[in-house]
Amino acid sequence: MENNSRRGFMGKAFGAVAAVGAVGSLVAMKKSWDPLPSVKAAGFTTLDMGMYQEGVMVTEKWRGKPIFVLKKSAEVMAKEKGNAAAEARNIKVGNDNFMVAIGLCTHLGCIPAFRSDSNDFQCACHGGMFDASGLVTKVPPPRGFDIPPFKIDGNKLILGEVGPEYQSMKDNGVTL
Amino acid sequence: MAHFTKATSVKDWLNQRLAIEKVEKVMASEYWIPKNINFLWAMGMVLVVTFVLLLVSGIFLLMYYVPTTAEAFYSVNYTIMREVGYGWLWRHVHGVAASVVFLVIYIHMFTAIYYGSYKKGREMIWISGMLLFIAFSTEAFSGYMLPWGQMSYWAGMVITNLFAGGSLHADGLVEWIRGDYVPAQAFLGRFFMLHVLLVPIAIMGLIGLHFAALRIPHVNNQDGEEIDFDVESKKYLNGDKAGSKVMRFANDFMSKDMMVVGIFLIFFFYLVFYNYGFAMDPVNFDPADGLKTPAHIYPEWYFLWSYEILRPFNIDLGLALFGFAQVIFVFLPFLDRSPNSVPANRRGAAFKVWFWLMLSNMIVLTAMGKLPPEGVFSQIGLVAAILFIAQWIALPIITSMEKKV
Repeated sequence: MENNSRRGFMGKAFGAVAAVGAVGSLVAMKKSWDPLPSVKAAGFTTLDMGMYQEGVMVTEKWRGKPIFVLKKSAEVMAKEKGNAAAEARNIKVGNDNFMVAIGLCTHLGCIPAFRSDSNDFQCACHGGMFDASGLVTKVPPPRGFDIPPFKIDGNKLILGEVGPEYQSMKDNGVTL
Repeated sequence: MAHFTKATSVKDWLNQRLAIEKVEKVMASEYWIPKNINFLWAMGMVLVVTFVLLLVSGIFLLMYYVPTTAEAFYSVNYTIMREVGYGWLWRHVHGVAASVVFLVIYIHMFTAIYYGSYKKGREMIWISGMLLFIAFSTEAFSGYMLPWGQMSYWAGMVITNLFAGGSLHADGLVEWIRGDYVPAQAFLGRFFMLHVLLVPIAIMGLIGLHFAALRIPHVNNQDGEEIDFDVESKKYLNGDKAGSKVMRFANDFMSKDMMVVGIFLIFFFYLVFYNYGFAMDPVNFDPADGLKTPAHIYPEWYFLWSYEILRPFNIDLGLALFGFAQVIFVFLPFLDRSPNSVPANRRGAAFKVWFWLMLSNMIVLTAMGKLPPEGVFSQIGLVAAILFIAQWIALPIITSMEKKV
């Protein structure tokens, strides 16, 4: 029986050594491709929410991604009234209302352009459209803009930290 | 130990140690090619030559290219283009060849489909060829990242986002592939490595497999005729060169092959010197900017047909159909159920229509992929994408009903 021979034993012994080595090197290779600790640590941005003007869309930067900040006027708020999906996305800092969202199309990550005359966003890549609260008005995007983790601290918004307002949005499926 | 004698010549010395005469016979002078072929049979050699052009020009570019996000753009557009002597030549050869190689690959592919060169023992030639197509696509994409212009950055963003799998939201996987939240240094470094080392090694291995797959079934011919290569080659070696259906690979076939290569190279260098613009997207002459998407993001022309299959649908369906389009060609030998291995035009109306429709539909998809996704172009693109999928679903049915010819 070959399995019992010395050659069979040597084959199995080598197989065991090779298997351990293969698993070990796969782990090392996977870890080598992970984002570096320095990349992960540089992930916080603080916004002073008193600076923004109504109806003017400002693009901020967080983790290399564009963040859309749009201060909503009273008219926009009146239009949103009764639209539960839009109201759930509203971020209230003091007495002001904002749309704050990751400015990447949820389809494939292009940056949609803000059109100030129609107060909405259009993506040049595949024609997707979003309204002023970040909800999809034309496919292919599968969902509204994602909202970055945020914490409200007085008149400041800290992106990258999870506050109770963000947590409840996440729990209710308003954002991913 | 083998017995060695005093060598009578350098050739004899080498022969005793490396059997060079035998190798020459096996590889060239007694490797048999059918006589009943045409210029389309030279595309393989054209591809080999184009690959060598890419390799040589790439070696020279590699000496000055700097794979960092801060310097990549300037090392290409300033150092290589303005400072290095003839640097512009290597860049334009590399860019034009990267585009033209896909044109020739598509001709090579559709030649094989037309003449049924993926059937009756030639399945592995087809499969290894399609693996080469995938490897070349990876090579083209990773190379496109390297100048780190706007198109590099945004193509990198869009293509890596495909790996999130739509509603699966595998954002962790996307970040792992990039090594960052967005394409940045880690991303450029790893795609540089893929482009200059790992993928070229894979391509060279696959070219070896592609050639090895040819040895037993041999090259197909214009009528899909089954040739007995042993009988025909004996006939040739016994002096009946005119009566034999085959000829030597070298120098007989090679002389004609290189004639086509010569014509190709004149066309190629005409493009390199006078019309290289098509391979150099103007948008990519702006440095990468993560906060500004170009007005239109479109891939290079050779990816447009599959991009157009992704575009008209919602993300999950689009991704599924895109994946389907990427892999379906590999399975052609098994989806074609017909016993006939003759040119498409002689296989009856159904397959004839299938072939010409597939070819023209892929041209339509390519054209629509380039145009902005608006109005009537969206509609045409949608119809063409559905037709593409329908044709592949219909293929096993129409070919199993095909009459034996």
